Amino acid sequence: MRQSYQDIVSKNSPKENVFINAIIAFISGGVMGVIGQFLIDGYTVWFDISTKEATVCMLVTLIFLSCLFTSLGFFDKLVNFCKCGLIIPITGFAHAMMSAALEFRKEGLVTGIGMNMFKLSGAVIIFGVVSSFVFSVIRMVVGLI
Amino acid sequence: MTFKFNNVYINDVATVTGPYEKAGPLGKYFDMCYDDLYLHQKNWEEAEIKLIKDSIDLLVKKSSVGVDMVDLFIGGDLLNQIVASNYAMMDFNNSFIGIYAACATSTLGLILGSMFIDSGYIKKAITFTSSHNMSAEKQYRYPTEYGGPKPKSTTFTATGSASALISSLKGPIKIESGTVGAVINSTVKDVFNMGAVMAKAAADTIFKHLQDTGRSIDDYDLILTGDLGIYGMKILKDYMFSKYNICLKNYNDTGVMLYNLESQPVYAGASGPACAPLVTYSYIFDKMQKGKYKRVLLAATGALMSPAMVNHKLNIPSICHAISLEAMV
Repeated sequence: MRQSYQDIVSKNSPKENVFINAIIAFISGGVMGVIGQFLIDGYTVWFDISTKEATVCMLVTLIFLSCLFTSLGFFDKLVNFCKCGLIIPITGFAHAMMSAALEFRKEGLVTGIGMNMFKLSGAVIIFGVVSSFVFSVIRMVVGLI
Repeated sequence: MTFKFNNVYINDVATVTGPYEKAGPLGKYFDMCYDDLYLHQKNWEEAEIKLIKDSIDLLVKKSSVGVDMVDLFIGGDLLNQIVASNYAMMDFNNSFIGIYAACATSTLGLILGSMFIDSGYIKKAITFTSSHNMSAEKQYRYPTEYGGPKPKSTTFTATGSASALISSLKGPIKIESGTVGAVINSTVKDVFNMGAVMAKAAADTIFKHLQDTGRSIDDYDLILTGDLGIYGMKILKDYMFSKYNICLKNYNDTGVMLYNLESQPVYAGASGPACAPLVTYSYIFDKMQKGKYKRVLLAATGALMSPAMVNHKLNIPSICHAISLEAMV
């Protein structure tokens, strides 16, 4: 019996372990959340600042650490293992930006880093701004009613 | 279109690889291996240029044929404007034809070189190909330090360069015939499933080769495809049987042979223009000279992929060029 090429391809293509991947991402993402909360609580106590300010400090700390670990060369393996557990939090954004900056730094400051740093993370910024605008409009309309 | 060659031999070969290939099961068969992916160079592109230069220098040294005695160089790689090959050739001041057929470049180079030699235009030619995991990753996918997860069907670009000296003087391996393949519409759009993209082209070229030469699949002791990976191999076997009623028995894939798929982080196997010649010139030639294989069909497969065209949601085209090699023992 003749099968179409598409059928043969889909029959022989590997299945991803969606369930296990989701569990790994759930746990690692949860651990990230705990670390973030620990930092916020810590900063409010250690530096005697408000929760709002401590949240900003926590984000800066996580961005700094993921950039540092990316530069040291082991964060990509960690991201590859944890998947969305590290990609969805701010660590994923910092990792995408830092890896592009590292890759293109040899092509010059302007033509390399300047033009390529947001190659991956540019999409996050654009659609982040667009979606926050859409949600603000929705909030405003709901508020008027 | 299949060309029959009367008097073309591979006289000598040279293989240079990176650390992953050295750690693989064929590590001991390569002439030279680097432990550092940068090869003591400043960037990935220059590292790939160094791979080519090293493999040609090594070949010239091994065969004791001076570079000025070689009439023509034919080579190519994966990078835009085949920069690695062009920049490497700056050192040699010799006639050069740059070619691009993605991962099928190696066999295309051998076919073209054989044509020039068999028709008497030239006496000696060197064909070479190269690929570098990091420079390919940077150009076709993501920055090398980016760790986004990849599906299991992804292939891992081999780091290495392989070159061959071919001439009409009798050598250990004869290039008996070569089939130039057609560009095939794979109907696949998934850039992480290159095996599925290329298997259709491999089937087409292998079938045409058998038809043109009037041989059956059993006339070959080994059929080798370029870099289909473990899933691509299964697709090719099923498709060959379903479409042409040909059962591939003595069949292997160089992408599966180059690495240890269980212990190395290479997903479905190796890929890249260097993959097929690295395995063939080292391990397969060794076994051919020892008499294990008499006649081998090497069908190197290439996915003619461009990130821009993938973004346009077009199917990925693929091509496969095959050569028939005979051991002269």
